[in-house]
Amino acid sequence: MSLGNLPQSVQYAIGGIFGLLVITQIIVAILRRLKPDADYTELSLRVRTWWVMAGVFALAMVLSRTISLLFLAFVSFLAVKEYFSLIPTRRADRRAIFWAYLAIPIQFYWVYHGWYGMFIVFIPVYMFLFLPFRMIMIGETESFLRSTAQIHWGLMLMVFNLSHAAFLLVLKIKGNPIAIPGPGLLLYLVFLTQANDIFQYIWGKLLGKRKIIPKISPNKTWAGFIGGVVSTTACAVLLGEWLTPFDRTQSLAAGLIIGLGGFVGDINISALKRDLGIKDTSGLLPGHGGILDRVDSLTFTAPLFFHYVYWLFLWESHGA
Amino acid sequence: MVREHLPGHDVLPGINPVLRWLFFTLVVKVVCLVVLGVNVRRRHQLPKKGPAFVVANHNSHLDVLLLMTLFPRSILPRLRPVAAADYFFLYKPLAWFAHRIIGILPLEREIAGMRQDPLAGIGVAVERGDIVILFPEGQRGEPEVFEQFKTGIAHLARRYPDVPITPVFLHGLGKALPRDEALLVPFFCDVFVGEPMYWSGKKQTFMEMLNCRMQTLAEEGDFKPWS
Repeated sequence: MSLGNLPQSVQYAIGGIFGLLVITQIIVAILRRLKPDADYTELSLRVRTWWVMAGVFALAMVLSRTISLLFLAFVSFLAVKEYFSLIPTRRADRRAIFWAYLAIPIQFYWVYHGWYGMFIVFIPVYMFLFLPFRMIMIGETESFLRSTAQIHWGLMLMVFNLSHAAFLLVLKIKGNPIAIPGPGLLLYLVFLTQANDIFQYIWGKLLGKRKIIPKISPNKTWAGFIGGVVSTTACAVLLGEWLTPFDRTQSLAAGLIIGLGGFVGDINISALKRDLGIKDTSGLLPGHGGILDRVDSLTFTAPLFFHYVYWLFLWESHGA
Repeated sequence: MVREHLPGHDVLPGINPVLRWLFFTLVVKVVCLVVLGVNVRRRHQLPKKGPAFVVANHNSHLDVLLLMTLFPRSILPRLRPVAAADYFFLYKPLAWFAHRIIGILPLEREIAGMRQDPLAGIGVAVERGDIVILFPEGQRGEPEVFEQFKTGIAHLARRYPDVPITPVFLHGLGKALPRDEALLVPFFCDVFVGEPMYWSGKKQTFMEMLNCRMQTLAEEGDFKPWS
């Protein structure tokens, strides 16, 4: 059976993710049997939400490339909406924020057409110039810098950075129009980024003692960080040859980039939450928090991984 | 019937249940879930059947729409929001919409020289077993600024001491669509449902209790200032 236009390896990988979820579910059931007194509500909730997220993501991937792009645009919209709802905004910012939202469909339109040149400058240049212009038209100068800066920061992190994951889908290898490396690369990035979070958590729980960055995140330990990066890199090497055009060394570097980048992306959002005095960004994903809590690492790994891949091979891309 | 003296009422016989259901299911629900995003705490405390009062703070026209989608669709026909007659019946199309789709219970705010009891229409609905939604701040006011409730709700509570009054605190809709703005900007909204309360026997203590409940609900969220 062929699912959409996905390469065989990606189809198996998606199957593998559900296999892992089944195993997790079994482990949770065994834990319940072994230690019936402990509270597993949070863990079960977390795993159940993983099923939903993996299901929606897999469905979007399988249906078509356009639907995958729409899905990623929607995730981007949810993340930036969470951000705009949490930060202190002014009434005068409403229209600037409205334009910031409009940047999402426009940015993903460039992605859809594979127009690299526009994709890479639209938010850092055009939106960067347009948002303050719109705010000047409104005329409120009190907290002008704070407002323009924080709106653009959100746009960069949650729209521009996340859209790099989407651009992977439209990449075409130069001189080889038949190969479709995109879905494999996207799955590789998303799977390793999420796995890195889980590895860090597990290693931290098992061996974690010395805190790595207590001022920002009291739960992050050196053991979690190092264990996470090593495990992620090992997974990256194992999966690289199968899901991506990488050789072993290239996979190793990709794993390091995702492991290190994911860690920084995670604590970046932690720092934001500390600043705002909140624990979770919302209650949208039971057991996980908000969308922003889930895509925090991806906001860093997506652009880092994308530019690594973009530099590594020769691609066809319009406008580059 | 108290509605007889209202302008435009003769051509607007009542709620259109089909259009109302379609509007709330296809438009309001989609806007609330996709465009806005709603976080509800203790939804189970909302009344499951009438008669009941639901009182909330008022920031936006969206308040009532959002509140109405939080109830199961099966009791939509029982939901009646109270709204100012002078505002909503000013223009024919708006009056049609307010009356037939939203199903408002019109409240005459200009009481001067009026012979009728302004709360009689609400009374009829309560006696019929409806869930009446009220915004005792009286108007939307400054968005995201909580104002003390007006005492009309105390009169109703005294008249119907057995009818539960559920306080609800809303946040975020005033950012999404404040007064004097026509452009909807997406923001997540919070809805905190309080425990139902009843008439306490005295107007002043009742109002203090209700305002205090609203204040407690408001303090549950750590909302950043908005101005």
